Amino acid sequence: MNEHFSGHTRRSRLNLFHIDGPLLLGLLALLVFGLFILYSASGQDLSMMKAQMVRLGVALAVMVAVAQITPQTLQRWSLPLFIVGLLLLVAVLLVGHVGKGAQRWLDLGFMKFQPSEVMKLAVPMSVAWIIARHSLPPRLRHLLLGFLACAIPTLLIARQPDLGTSILIATAGIFVLFMSGMSWRIIGFVAALISAFLPVLWLFLMHDYQRRRVLTFLNPESDPLGSGYHIIQSKIAIGSGGLEGKGYLQGTQSQLEFLPERHTDFIFAVISEELGLMGVLILLSLYLFIIGRCLQIASQAQDNYSKLVAASFTLTFFVYVFVNIGMVSGLLPVVGVPLPLVSYGGTSMVTLMAAFGVIMSVGTHKRILAAP
Amino acid sequence: MLKKRVAIQDFAAESRLFNQRALVALVGVVLLFCLIIYNQYQLQVVSYQDYRTRSEGNRIKVVPMAPNRGLIFDRNGILLAENRPVFSLELVPEQVKNMQATLDALAELIDISAEQRDSFIKQVQAQRRFNSIALKEQLNDTEVAILAANQHRFAGVTVEARLSRHYPFADLFTHALGYIGRINSRELQQLESDGEAANYAASRDIGKIGLERFYQSELHGTMGYQEVEVNNRGRAIRVLRSVPAVSGKNIHLALDVGLQLTAQQVLQQQRGAIVAIDPRDGAVLAFYSNPSYDPNLFVHGISSTNYNALLNSRDKPLINRVTQGTYPPASTIKPHLALLGLETNTVTADTKIWDPGFYMLPNADHRFRDHLRGGHGWVDVYKAMMKSCDTYFYELGVKLGIDRISDYMGKMGFGEKTGIDILEESSGIMPSRPWKRARYNQPWYPGDTVPLSIGQSYWTSTPLQLVVATAVLLNKGKLARPHLVSHFSDEQTKTALTPQVSQVIDVVNPKNWDVVMDTMHKTVKDVGGTAHRAFIGSSYDSAGKTGTAQLAAIAQGEEYDAEKVDERLRDNAMYIGYAPYDKPSILIAVALENAGGGSANAAPIARQMMDYYFTAGVNQHE
Repeated sequence: MNEHFSGHTRRSRLNLFHIDGPLLLGLLALLVFGLFILYSASGQDLSMMKAQMVRLGVALAVMVAVAQITPQTLQRWSLPLFIVGLLLLVAVLLVGHVGKGAQRWLDLGFMKFQPSEVMKLAVPMSVAWIIARHSLPPRLRHLLLGFLACAIPTLLIARQPDLGTSILIATAGIFVLFMSGMSWRIIGFVAALISAFLPVLWLFLMHDYQRRRVLTFLNPESDPLGSGYHIIQSKIAIGSGGLEGKGYLQGTQSQLEFLPERHTDFIFAVISEELGLMGVLILLSLYLFIIGRCLQIASQAQDNYSKLVAASFTLTFFVYVFVNIGMVSGLLPVVGVPLPLVSYGGTSMVTLMAAFGVIMSVGTHKRILAAP
Repeated sequence: MLKKRVAIQDFAAESRLFNQRALVALVGVVLLFCLIIYNQYQLQVVSYQDYRTRSEGNRIKVVPMAPNRGLIFDRNGILLAENRPVFSLELVPEQVKNMQATLDALAELIDISAEQRDSFIKQVQAQRRFNSIALKEQLNDTEVAILAANQHRFAGVTVEARLSRHYPFADLFTHALGYIGRINSRELQQLESDGEAANYAASRDIGKIGLERFYQSELHGTMGYQEVEVNNRGRAIRVLRSVPAVSGKNIHLALDVGLQLTAQQVLQQQRGAIVAIDPRDGAVLAFYSNPSYDPNLFVHGISSTNYNALLNSRDKPLINRVTQGTYPPASTIKPHLALLGLETNTVTADTKIWDPGFYMLPNADHRFRDHLRGGHGWVDVYKAMMKSCDTYFYELGVKLGIDRISDYMGKMGFGEKTGIDILEESSGIMPSRPWKRARYNQPWYPGDTVPLSIGQSYWTSTPLQLVVATAVLLNKGKLARPHLVSHFSDEQTKTALTPQVSQVIDVVNPKNWDVVMDTMHKTVKDVGGTAHRAFIGSSYDSAGKTGTAQLAAIAQGEEYDAEKVDERLRDNAMYIGYAPYDKPSILIAVALENAGGGSANAAPIARQMMDYYFTAGVNQHE
């Protein structure tokens, strides 16, 4: 019991503002590293740097703001947030803005807004809400309810179509179920079910461009100037970086723009090319540190809702990292996931930092363990 | 109390369960990170060299640079084919702010046709934005000056200079030099099969005919290249390495501008050919085919109007009459036939025959007429040559027989290409029994030998063959292959072309050869010789032989009247001559189409050529 109170005594000044010191340090290190590489990846574009810094400022502010909310409040707001998100998704399908052949944006007049971003938070939170109302491990009917909470938004987002995001959101929800102690038998059953579902996905649910991405992934050299170009150029950039890299600002693949989307989805290739395997190891260490710290916060959390939400956010963050690096280095098909906190880009960064705000809230709002 | 305990127990179990799962997750995370690191290691360490090479291949482009084409000079170093800067107005679309306004403004300064503008706009759409595209080519000096003065007004507009072939003497050397033009697909295939295509990566032009074609590889040189760093759109960022092109070799001809000009002047409108060689080594001193044409028309692509005019002209300017004009050699081959007669002992220098004005084969009543109606009376080889007596040679020819004539003349080069250093050459016809069988599927009749003996009927020869064969007489059986080029040069070296001289005929008795020379000498020197009149008062001692080739058939018993026959069927005038007699350094053949008699028409032209040759001191360095 004592361990739960020991945090109390060591509460630092940061904790007064509900900020987790080690996590903040890890995040700041990663963000600085990200800006450093973005300067090179953007072709030393100062206006891009400025935009990214403003975005970072906003995202950090959002994180701090979210961290002030107690986990109990978050828990209460989980379901309403989920419902609002669902309504927005339906709205997107009805009146959404079409961009790049997909309906993902909601034009609010003063800004464009992607409701799926809300769901990235709302789905794991509401699944955790469902599960945490009862003791762990969850019963089958609660699991089914949790699956349902995952499935509805996932299908709506897949309809936009945004397969990548829908899968990530489903994954975030399923992570909650996994962490809640869902029995391995059910896990095995679900895995089998998903494998059986894959052919259906391929044949009936996937769009041509999505199928092409998968085919290109399996054999990028089949279309070196078309859809295989991205992955080939990316692998050349990574491989030619070698152990120590070509040097900061010296990557020929990146600076001469052979590498497509170098400042967004493929920024990892810039790191690999210019900073080599060494730079990659530094980046991975930062990510591992952040993930480790977050899992620690989750395991030390005082209630199941907090544990489940924190762990789910952490694992989802890892999935972003893994999927991005995997696709850039040819381990996975190209699915359009940015490298979290490093890639140039807007909404997803704010969402991510909001998630870290939740984790910080979990880590810093301690209460005396008592019956409700 | 009980409830609470259960809750606490539950909490501990839940916490344990969660921590278990968190550990599984952490292990999963670490394992997947290991997978990433393993993959990175494979890419960045194991396959490093491979990807490094591919990365270099991406960024480095090799830009070929065309070598400068070798120049062509006459024997005195006068430039006959040069590379002149040609100016063109070019625009880089990317740097032009308002294309429409810029084009309008340029059109106010210089003349730009709608066609030029359209083709420019098409190219702008087809090419990359940073490529320089020509709006107008071949600007004149005024246009260049106007554009230079207004350059500051236009961003992205430049006047570019490019080297272009130019032949300053226009039509004077056309049939020898030939010309260059754009490489076509057939030529490209040929270059590819010769393994030369890479060396032509930056070259636009290739020799089409004449020396420009024959010495294409010498003139072309070796391509240079720049290794340029480019971005993904192919734009050059900087030059990494540069290997300069090696210019083609310069070519120095034996031809003399003065002799060529003389040839052009003396021929005027007369269709025909003049060729002069140095009989000692076959170097060609004069090479002129009339009418000629301006090869500069072909360099930038000839218009179809101009080309059709040349192609369809009745005077056939495109024919190279020196090497492709196949004329009956007529009496100019009498010296060669006389030599064969003497060497085979068919006749001696003293043998005399009676010329009644015609020749009849035994047991036949067809009269082969002499050009002198009454006949020459008693004729030996000297008189036969001087007066160009036909009857003497009719009889000699029949005695020799077709086989010996055909064989001997063949050895002197008749009926064979001379192998001069241009490819436009005809072999002419040296008739023989097998030739007639193949050509007409007929046997050789004795009646065929009679006109053949005076260089008529089936026998045709190019003017060049005529000088080459006559040089064999002068050189006592040695044949020198004719050549236009005397040497090559580049900045450091000078390489002379090795003359190819070979003994083609064995000398039986050298005196016979001297006799033949003597007969040709008398033809010019002695009063009454057919070429005497033409060379009266010349400052040098020359020898020669006239010829008049009859083109229209004249019926038995009828007179040839030049006025009555069509102009194009009138006699060809021929002359072959050399000087100085004792030590010949120039040997000339003149062939004039439908000009009339050789004595009156061709010999005077040879005289004017030789006059110039000796007054100007061409080729007299010894």
